[in-house]
Amino acid sequence: MSFKNTFINGADGLFKPDSLTQMQKIVLRFVVVGLVYYGFAVIEGMIMRIYEIEPVPFINTNQFFAILTAHPLVGIFGSTYALVFGAFLFLTPYLMKKPIYSVRLANWALILLAFGTFLFWFAGFISHYAPLYTLYWPLPADFEQFSVWGGTFFILGIAILMVGTLFFIINIFKTIVYTPEGWEKQDAAALFGSAIGYTGLKNMLAKKENKKEHLVPLPVAAIARGTVDMVLNTAIILFTGVLILVFMLGHILGFDLKESAIDALLYKNWFWWGLDLIADGLVLIFVAGTWYLLAMMITGKKLFMQNIARAALLLELVVSWTVWSHHLLSDQAQPAVLKVVSGELVTAFELITQGLAFFIVLATLWSARPLKMTNPLKFLLGGLLGFALAVPAGIMQADVGLNRILHNTQWVVGPHVHVAVLVGLTMTLYAAVYILFPIVTNGAKLYSQKLANIHFWFHLIGGIGMGAFMGMAGLNGMLRRTLYVDGEFNTYMILAALSGSLLLIAFLVFFYNIVMSVGLKGVIGIFTKSKLETKELLPE
Amino acid sequence: MVDSHLVLWGQTIAYSFYCLVIILLMAWFGYKITRTGKSNIVKPALFYTFVAFLTVLGVSLHIITYNTIPWAPVDLNRGDYMPDKTFEITMQNHEFHLPSETLVIDCNELVLFDVTSKDLTYGFGVFRQDNSMVFQMQVVPGHRNDILWKFEKSGIYTIRSTEYSGPRGIFMILKDVVEVMPCEGS
Repeated sequence: MSFKNTFINGADGLFKPDSLTQMQKIVLRFVVVGLVYYGFAVIEGMIMRIYEIEPVPFINTNQFFAILTAHPLVGIFGSTYALVFGAFLFLTPYLMKKPIYSVRLANWALILLAFGTFLFWFAGFISHYAPLYTLYWPLPADFEQFSVWGGTFFILGIAILMVGTLFFIINIFKTIVYTPEGWEKQDAAALFGSAIGYTGLKNMLAKKENKKEHLVPLPVAAIARGTVDMVLNTAIILFTGVLILVFMLGHILGFDLKESAIDALLYKNWFWWGLDLIADGLVLIFVAGTWYLLAMMITGKKLFMQNIARAALLLELVVSWTVWSHHLLSDQAQPAVLKVVSGELVTAFELITQGLAFFIVLATLWSARPLKMTNPLKFLLGGLLGFALAVPAGIMQADVGLNRILHNTQWVVGPHVHVAVLVGLTMTLYAAVYILFPIVTNGAKLYSQKLANIHFWFHLIGGIGMGAFMGMAGLNGMLRRTLYVDGEFNTYMILAALSGSLLLIAFLVFFYNIVMSVGLKGVIGIFTKSKLETKELLPE
Repeated sequence: MVDSHLVLWGQTIAYSFYCLVIILLMAWFGYKITRTGKSNIVKPALFYTFVAFLTVLGVSLHIITYNTIPWAPVDLNRGDYMPDKTFEITMQNHEFHLPSETLVIDCNELVLFDVTSKDLTYGFGVFRQDNSMVFQMQVVPGHRNDILWKFEKSGIYTIRSTEYSGPRGIFMILKDVVEVMPCEGS
């Protein structure tokens, strides 16, 4: 096929958007939205990398910090949430062997996520609203530095996004427990108990003959338990948003509310408790669940130590509710008991729960060798390596002694955050994208394996390299969330930027490969109405 | 004499070594799973040993640092120590207000930095001439933010805010305002 023909019709003309069900189209739309926002995050990341080396003329400092504020939010919500929503809205009914509860809810979740992300990004872009995602009180309500109108629309965007998240949550839980039309009535309570881990907990205490079977597959249990954290987190972000909006609307209406009415330390505890439900909760649980699913799909075998894996998912959920204090080890007013118990000891459990998932996946893969080094397998190994590097880096900084010299340095955001997100999480998601691609597209062919290989190596080397150079800068005293106008750490920042450019190239190569696989007509076809009105996932 | 330089150097060595090992291990694993081998069975005993190892590692890290990093026990039990000198510092409107132009400290003196914020959340960090960090803490409005520190090396140090407080925060730097007098015998 000629280049032009492939570009228009996709590789070998195999992708036929008319053959897609409603759910297949929605999943692919989520993927497109997720990749577009990933592109935003990568380009913004590169702009900031360059700015850290040498301020560029068309961006001022206020714009830089507005980008710094929007960047993680676009990455987490606009990109990762979109990919996760798409994958799990497909996998939950697929693994439960029943239709999705509501196609309409899934569609609305997508619309609200895409619009909410754009709104807060655009509000930040225009108004330079930049209290950072940490929102340390009373900074979000500092209207001397930030525009109150910009902030209002920024928070509104986040709120819309959270409503979309609620729609996703409802759809996931309803899909697990509901009885499809024409089916024999299903025991919703038993399904729910199995999904969140109550059945497993009861089994641990029951006699052998009284033990009950698990009604939901292990990956669905992971999705459900991660979604529990998502419920709590969404409630906290919504509440926090409303609180900030009250101060903003008060200011707009001419009533300046007393900022000191909110205790800054209590707010910080509240905020980090909620945010850690993402960073140390649903991300780790979703990732472990995805690893398990990928290992089973790649090997075609049962998971090694399946019951332990299931129990560990519940343990991880409980751990995620009690680890927030590791963010407050440098807050001197934080009680010492919280620093030691929550900040150090409970946090160390993450080494165990993630290590355990890591071992289980490797053992499952080992049991099926020889395996072919496919794209899902190599990206899965990359994802495993990412967390194997990032989790110990996090455990080190979650130490009273070490945190005194690591807190708010580039160490935190480099070897821990960026390696976890870019190498660990993103490579796991890429593995899922590669394995689901032929299923969701009804057998479309990947345009180029060579490009997929470039995507893998550039992403892996770029992600680890960037984290490593940021980490070296951090160990030498470079702070995060600031600018060094005299170029004190330029050597590290140039090396980090070069690594970052590998990530950008990897993304562009991947995007090109996917577009050439489905073709321009295919991309447009994803966004047209499905001709198959069925709620089923796949065409019959 | 254990100072933050030494601790960070130790961390750099330990973490770099770990990274190298885990990358090589994954590369070896990636190669081996594409080949046939003698046995594909992983014994549960190996799994339980690994979990036990992680448990010991997670807990022992904190025990080791508590017993080797000098500021860790001091920090958690600040009320039990009597400072030799106290500096009361205020932060407001993106500015530091020091009790004197330069904070002069004797070597090996136990110093208390008591920092108050009158408006936003800031950070308080002390840095060496080469920009490496001596220590830092958060400065939260409405709460006491105090840290005890013993300088065991003479020198001139810089104070800067270590927490984001809006774009104006990047200029919160007081260069060369801490002077630690020469240590005995140095």
